[in-house]
Parts: sequence; C-alpha cells; structure tokens
Amino acid sequence: MNKVQTAQQAVARIQSGMTIGIGGWGPRRKPMALIRELLRSDVKDLTVVAYGGADVGMLCAAGKVKKLVFAFVSLDFIPLEPYFREARQNGAIQVSEIDEGMMLLGLRAAAWGVPFIPTRIGLGTDLVKVNSDLKIVGSPYDDKEWVAMPALNLDVALIHADRADARGVCQIKGPDIYMDEWFARAAKHTIVSCDELVDTEHFHQGDEARYVFWERSMTGTVVPIAGGAHPSSCNPLYGYDSAHFNEYCAAAKDGGFGAYFDKYIAGKTEAEYQAAVGGLDKIRSLPLPVY
Amino acid sequence: MTNAVKEYSLAELMIVAGAEAFRNDGEVLATGIGLLPRLAASLAMKTFNPDLMMTDSEAFLLSEPNPVSGRKSHAGQKQETWMGFTRIFDNVWSGKRHAMVGPSQIDRFGQSNISALGGSYDKPKSQMLGARGFPGNSISHANSFFVPSHNKRVFVEGECDVVCSIGYNPARLPKGYSLDEVDIRLVITDLCVMDWQGPRHMLQLRSLHPGVTVEQVLENTGFEIHVPANVPVTAAPTQEQMEIIAQLDPQNWRAKQLKDNPPGNRA
Repeated sequence: MNKVQTAQQAVARIQSGMTIGIGGWGPRRKPMALIRELLRSDVKDLTVVAYGGADVGMLCAAGKVKKLVFAFVSLDFIPLEPYFREARQNGAIQVSEIDEGMMLLGLRAAAWGVPFIPTRIGLGTDLVKVNSDLKIVGSPYDDKEWVAMPALNLDVALIHADRADARGVCQIKGPDIYMDEWFARAAKHTIVSCDELVDTEHFHQGDEARYVFWERSMTGTVVPIAGGAHPSSCNPLYGYDSAHFNEYCAAAKDGGFGAYFDKYIAGKTEAEYQAAVGGLDKIRSLPLPVY
Repeated sequence: MTNAVKEYSLAELMIVAGAEAFRNDGEVLATGIGLLPRLAASLAMKTFNPDLMMTDSEAFLLSEPNPVSGRKSHAGQKQETWMGFTRIFDNVWSGKRHAMVGPSQIDRFGQSNISALGGSYDKPKSQMLGARGFPGNSISHANSFFVPSHNKRVFVEGECDVVCSIGYNPARLPKGYSLDEVDIRLVITDLCVMDWQGPRHMLQLRSLHPGVTVEQVLENTGFEIHVPANVPVTAAPTQEQMEIIAQLDPQNWRAKQLKDNPPGNRA
C-alpha cells in the first residue's frame, strides 16, 4: 500500500465544518507545513483540538476556527500567543476550555470507542461552569460526582513525525512523543507529514522499531516534507526558530497576520516558504532547546 | 540559624523559603514552574529531601536536578526514567506530586487563575494561557503558590475571574468531597510566607521577610488574612544553601527574576 501524497492532496480531505486534531505541543513538533496548506485553502468553520502553539494562532488569525478545544495556547518562550489572544478578546471563536490531562482522556475515549471517561479534573473550578461540553455524572460505585470527559472524536488528525515509510510506519525519535499517538488513534483519518520518507527496511535495523508508537493502520496519509515542522521544533533533527516566532508575534502589532501571511504563505510553495526563512539547511541547523 | 549569611538577595530568600514547602514531602515529583520555584525545588532535593523526584523539564526524570543555567545541552544529565507528557499525567493523577506555580490571581479560597482576566468569559479583556494543568493538579496533588509581586491585583478581593484550580470554597465543593481533601501548601511572595492553615482554611501569615511589616502585607492583600499573635521573620539562607544555589544557577539568572534584584533584608 502506498499512502504517500502531496500536502495539497492530503489537506484536500479536510472540509469546512470538520473537527481536526493537531499533534505536537506548543512550539514543539507541529505539522506546520500541513497547517500552511490548510491556510491556503478555503476551508472554514473548523473545530480544532490541540495543545496549541502557532498552529492554533495562525488558524484563528486566518478565520478558519469556529470552535477551539484547548487547555492552553502558548509558544512557551513567548508565553502568550498573540493571534489566539486577539481571537478570544474579540469574541471571535467558540471555546471548549479543558485541562491538559482532560484532553488526553478525551482522545483516549475516542480511541477506545467510549463516550466519555470519568475524572475528578475540573471539579470545583469554572471549567464545569463555563464549558457546556462538560457534564457531571454520578458513579455506580460510589457517592461522589465525576466529570464525564467526552470523547474527542476527530475527523482528521495532523501530525509531524521524523520519518515514515510509504505504508505509514511512523518514527519519532525526539525525547517526547507528546499525545501524538492518541491524536492518531482518535481520528478517522490521520495525515502524517515527515522529515524523511524511508524504506520499510529502515525499521528492521537495530532498535529503530522501538521508536514507532502506533501501528500503520492508524496512519491514513504520509506527506514527506523535510523541515515541515518549521518554525516549531522536530527534536532531534532541529530546534524551534525563535527568531521567526519573534517576527511572527511582532507582526500582530505591526501589519497583523495578513502581513505575515502575504510574506510567507500566500501563493507560495513549501520550497518558496523555506527559501524565505533561510533554507532547509538553516532549519536543520536550528539549535535544540535546553530547558 | 547560626550560619545564616548576612548578604543575600530577595530572590535567594524566596528560593530558600520555597524549598521549605518540599521539606516533608517524601518521595514525590517536585515541579517548580518558573526559574525561582525550580531552584526552590532543586535546593530542597539537594539538601533536606533527597527523596524528591524531578524532571529535566522535557521528558526524563532525574536523580540529580539539572542546573537552571549554564548548560548547552541535555547530554550527560543524570536521568533515571523516561517521563514524557502522558506519564506526567499518570504521576499527577497518582497524587505523588507537589507543584509550585505562579498564578496571575489568587482569591481568599485559595482558588487561582492563569486563564483570562476581565471582560466576560466569552470575550475576556485579557486572554492569558488557558487553564493548562491547574484543574487536574489542584484536585490531584499538593500545590504551593509563588508570587513575585505581592499586590491586590494578584490577591484579589472577590473570586478569581476564571477559577482554574479548586480551593477551600464551600460553595464549589463537589458532592462527596470534603474541603480537607484540598491540599494547598505554602504561598511564597516577595513580602512574606503564608499558608492556608488559618481558621476555616483562611490564608494566614507564617513569616515576614526581613524589614517587611504586617501592615505592608495587609495593605497589599485584597482580602482578610489571619495574623497569628507571633509572626517570625523568614529564615535567611545559610552558607551551605547559598553555595548550592550558586551551583544550581552558575550564571546567576536568579538575579534577573525580580525587578531591580532587591536585597533580601529590607530593614
């Protein structure tokens, strides 16, 4: 089976009104080339589920988001994501605010085919008051109340991996895989962009197969895009581009997202994007963050 | 303390006071969010509570805390197990963790906020991070608060604009729970150390930093706090603590955390 497609072919599957999940975490291993492709499309009214960074900020700024399911949107070293803030402060998006761990439970519920997972998380806070997606339930086994974290069923998940083969065996060698395996399992169709397309034999060597965290039946489409996580990181291949993130955030005050979009994304191929940010060699030499 | 040093910064005093929060924790994951809380947890692990667990702030659990400054990579760190985000939540839900966090707002119930300020929930005046892990942390394990600037914008008069963490609020107590199950420990500020052991879990003054008065604390807190008859002065760092802090932060990033890096003794 050959699951390889171009970003444009892969993203064409996403239609207005769908629920999409985006892997990675804040500024780390985000499928940004796929996001850029989505930004160039006329898709709108998306429900987005993500541990958000610039992926969410860009989609908000471009008016693609109807509803955001989130625990945070942050670039970590720049704590507040300006375009997400703007969307919230203008009341431009619906939100379903949940806790970071609740998102994991919701993805697991979707992966496991159950309608919800009971949890203590959210009790005693405003989440259960302001978020109408969260229902309180009783337990058949005790007298306490519980939050029923609903399944986060995704139409499409977008993930970036280090490498994959054409059959959808995906490898992540960074120190953390974040919740990517659960995004892959929660979705009807998972699109994985990867820095390298490899032969299946790659996984037969040494302990390479130990870095594969979901089986290939969970991968729908493979899109080879070297440097495709830029400006987020793809540890150990490259770190995040702090200078580029700074420019992206500064644009919020000077010209708006439109200026950034026109400069880097509108009408550009990924190769043209990479040329505009300094080229693939520069991306591949971005230092890994030290915490 | 006999070997207390005379010269120390307020940041160093707050690190030492913050370390006390972890003294009797035993074997739990100590998570300090931000440079000074991280130094506080690291100091506790390096001195009086070596049983603490700590991450590299990325994906491994360490046997020895990493220095917060002066490192070029994660190579050579003393890692003992993989601790990616999915496993962090397994740890959180087990209760074997104590986090020291810096909320934007704290109210009289010990509820806190990092999500959004002002306006309405659907259209906040200032959107911040989102609730992050606060809801799950607060109902699962111990939490302490670290407040670099003690004022009424942080210690708010009413309830927090968005309540992100459960506190000692009878009106919000979930069915089947008791307020005593909520575990909020110390509050370390630039003026004092407080805890929630006052009458009916009221915030109470535990110690005043050298040169700070009770009145200063009261004037800068938006709600009533309990002031015991005798309030000691926060203990100054010892020589040993100062040396370990310097090893943990060789590039003195701690000096850049508080505005103008004030001295610890403001008498």
